[in-house]
Amino acid sequence: MTPSPIPRLEVKNITKRFPGVLANDNISLSILPGEIHALLGENGAGKTTLMNIVYGLVHRDSGEILINGMPVNIRSPREAIQHRVGMVHQHFMLVPTLTVAENVILGMRPFTHHLLDMREIEQDILKIAEKYGLQIKPSELISRLSVGEQQRVEIVKALYRGVDLLILDEPTAVLTPQETTELFKTIRSLTKQGLSIIFITHKLNEVMEVADRISVLRDGKLIATKSVQETDKDELAFLMVDRCISFTVEKPEMKRGEPVLVVKDLTVSDKFRTQVDHISFHVCSGEILGIAGVDGNGQNELALSLSGLLRPSSGKILLNGKDVTHESVRKLNRVGLGHIPADRQNLGLVMDFTVAENLILQRYYCSPFTTTLGFFDLAQIQENAQRLVREYDIRTRTTQTKLNHLSGGNQQKVILAREIDQKPKLLIAVQPTRGLDCGATEYIHQILVEQRNAGAAILLVSTELDEILALSDRICVMYEGKIMGELLNTGEDILRIGRLMAGVTDS
Amino acid sequence: MELIALLSATVRMATPLIFVAIGETYSERAGVMNIGLEGLMLIGAITAYTAVFFTGSLFFGLIAAMLAAMLFGFGFAYLAVTIKANQIVTGAALNMIGLGVSGFIYRVVFANTGIVSAVKTLPAIPLPFLSEIPFAGPILFNQNALVYFVFILTPITAFVLNKTSLGLSIRAVGEHPRAVDSVGLPVFRLRYGCILFAAALAGLGGAYLPIAHANQFVEGLTAGRGFIALTMVPFAGWTIPGVFLGGLLFGAAYALQLRLQVAQLAIAYQFLQTLPYLLTLAVLILSRNRTEQPKALCVPYEAG
Ligand SMILES: Nc1ncnc2c1ncn2[C@@H]1O[C@H](COP(=O)(O)OP(=O)(O)OP(=O)(O)O)[C@@H](O)[C@H]1O
Ligand SMILES: [Mg+2]
Repeated sequence: MTPSPIPRLEVKNITKRFPGVLANDNISLSILPGEIHALLGENGAGKTTLMNIVYGLVHRDSGEILINGMPVNIRSPREAIQHRVGMVHQHFMLVPTLTVAENVILGMRPFTHHLLDMREIEQDILKIAEKYGLQIKPSELISRLSVGEQQRVEIVKALYRGVDLLILDEPTAVLTPQETTELFKTIRSLTKQGLSIIFITHKLNEVMEVADRISVLRDGKLIATKSVQETDKDELAFLMVDRCISFTVEKPEMKRGEPVLVVKDLTVSDKFRTQVDHISFHVCSGEILGIAGVDGNGQNELALSLSGLLRPSSGKILLNGKDVTHESVRKLNRVGLGHIPADRQNLGLVMDFTVAENLILQRYYCSPFTTTLGFFDLAQIQENAQRLVREYDIRTRTTQTKLNHLSGGNQQKVILAREIDQKPKLLIAVQPTRGLDCGATEYIHQILVEQRNAGAAILLVSTELDEILALSDRICVMYEGKIMGELLNTGEDILRIGRLMAGVTDS
Repeated sequence: MELIALLSATVRMATPLIFVAIGETYSERAGVMNIGLEGLMLIGAITAYTAVFFTGSLFFGLIAAMLAAMLFGFGFAYLAVTIKANQIVTGAALNMIGLGVSGFIYRVVFANTGIVSAVKTLPAIPLPFLSEIPFAGPILFNQNALVYFVFILTPITAFVLNKTSLGLSIRAVGEHPRAVDSVGLPVFRLRYGCILFAAALAGLGGAYLPIAHANQFVEGLTAGRGFIALTMVPFAGWTIPGVFLGGLLFGAAYALQLRLQVAQLAIAYQFLQTLPYLLTLAVLILSRNRTEQPKALCVPYEAG
């Protein structure tokens, strides 16, 4: 081996303890110039924490950080930016009411710099975007962009600041397959210009496709750093979870029953546009209906209106034969609707409540949680929480831990446990495995299939084609608020589905 | 003639409201709602009144009013931003402190001492040429210096908020403080700055009452103007030009109410006096849900 160049970033013996968890345990890593370095690990392995330390958002307990061989002490994002480190966060840091250009320029000019010439700034941004083949429209409001577009803005935001090291925290969790391919192209063109990239993910396929070297974290410890050539998916999966996992879901023959959910001519629109456009379909008990489609084609609005959170402008929703179009959420819930929302932090959970409390959000007023006198039965609540934490393998220190101290994947498990434990007749699952590692994903897939076998009707909305193909019995493809086509899932229609997703009808 | 007098009074009555509401717009855009404007106005009013009474300098009175209000504003900022106390409760406390402190000073220094307590007031300064324009001239350009100041301050504050780096940061910090933090901007300092700016303007708006509107201080002389300014902000959709126009609307209600009292109609004057407050209620109902408020309004920022 030739003597290796000075690493762009070197972390040495980083340790970080949160109350009750050792999030980073003596981690040492180095990132070379021009390298794509993947950081792989299950939910809660400590990936985000380590990167937040490098970016100055979290302060380390001990350890050292070197940038280009020089020890640095990064205490705030401002200092990280000065050292030419950029980060695209797992949850985007964009102000929805501002334009793309305003978000990019935010914090870039001193307050004493009068008059922002937005025209000129937009030109600069376009130049950078073009240089790296990123498509963005600088004058558009963030709130009007899809997640994929917002991510491009985040990347441009970092590039505009001038970075040598770009950290991407689970960038593909919210992307469609096409967008992921685009992102990989971008990443490669960035490294050609000498940037180093740290790429956090759970997805082994992606790691093998794009990374140069891979570091695996488990329970806060660095397990191994490997180059792609010397490893494979099975080994990585093993290192990550320390147990062997299979990648396919066992799915017995479907036993389809009566229709549980019937949707007739449903339309949802707001002031600006029609998000769901005269849709009709049904889901029977014992089947999984997958709704495929590129993010932002009305799937979210469809799911929200079915679960009573968004008022349809016309059409009918029948649940077990009864018209529930204008029923309240609680009523829907009582007649057997379970909902795993896409926006888990805002719609699914109360982040300031404990795990135990979040697990009874819908049922808190019923027995056994509330006694006949109207008081909480704390012992029951606690027991319920302990049972669900155990059954669904929710990694939390105690049942009294607040939700915002759980990692993203474990937050998702809390929703799942709560919804599925009620044995819903209809389960609406929107992006149920977004941001989850392969162990957790497999587990959730298994649970969904179990529910189906037990006779539940399941509406699965996902932008992950693999997930749709692995689980669905039937597939509907949505495009611009309409159902472009419906097909039985034979697992062999990827091309046709892809065409439908892009809005090309069967001819 | 009647109409010109009415409109001219409208502008005069609107001025203190616009000052206060411009400041509050900045504060709310940065994510901090200060319902203690009424209290800050009273602090400004009593300070200006006392200072002018003893020094005879109107300019000094105005500066003193702003500084005094900023001092209390700093206390509010410390509680609302650093300590992360509930902004509504803290603001309510500020109102009571303002009422108490101003009443206390007034009684100790003036009421019990029997001093004749009229002070000098800001004179109307007719602007050469401009004030001779028919109709608009006497309405807009034969006013006191603070009215002119509001004419200048409105476009400047609108420009700063919408076209400068500072304004962009202020707008962002009221929507998504974490994003602001993640690009390395000082969330707390931005909020402190906006609160202090709002306090200074509330002090100025309060000072206007004893030294430009009346020539004396009475306890509680703001009579709810701080709260009216507070309602103007959402009514205006958190924009400066909107606040200016809203101020004129309320100014008109005040001016009309005074006119009608003088006109000796067969309506009880107490009823006429409720006009601005009825308008406030109407405005609140009408402006409901019109524009989205800043997302992080009233939400203290927790770093990390
Ligand atoms: N602010 C915090 N306070 C307390 N505990 C925390 C905090 N942030 C993270 N943790 C804990 O630290 C551990 C590591 O979390 P981290 O977010 O780094 O995981 P991750 O690898 O990014 O997981 P995911 O893939 O789910 O995003 C978790 O157990 C989490 O519960
Ligand atoms: Mg993470």
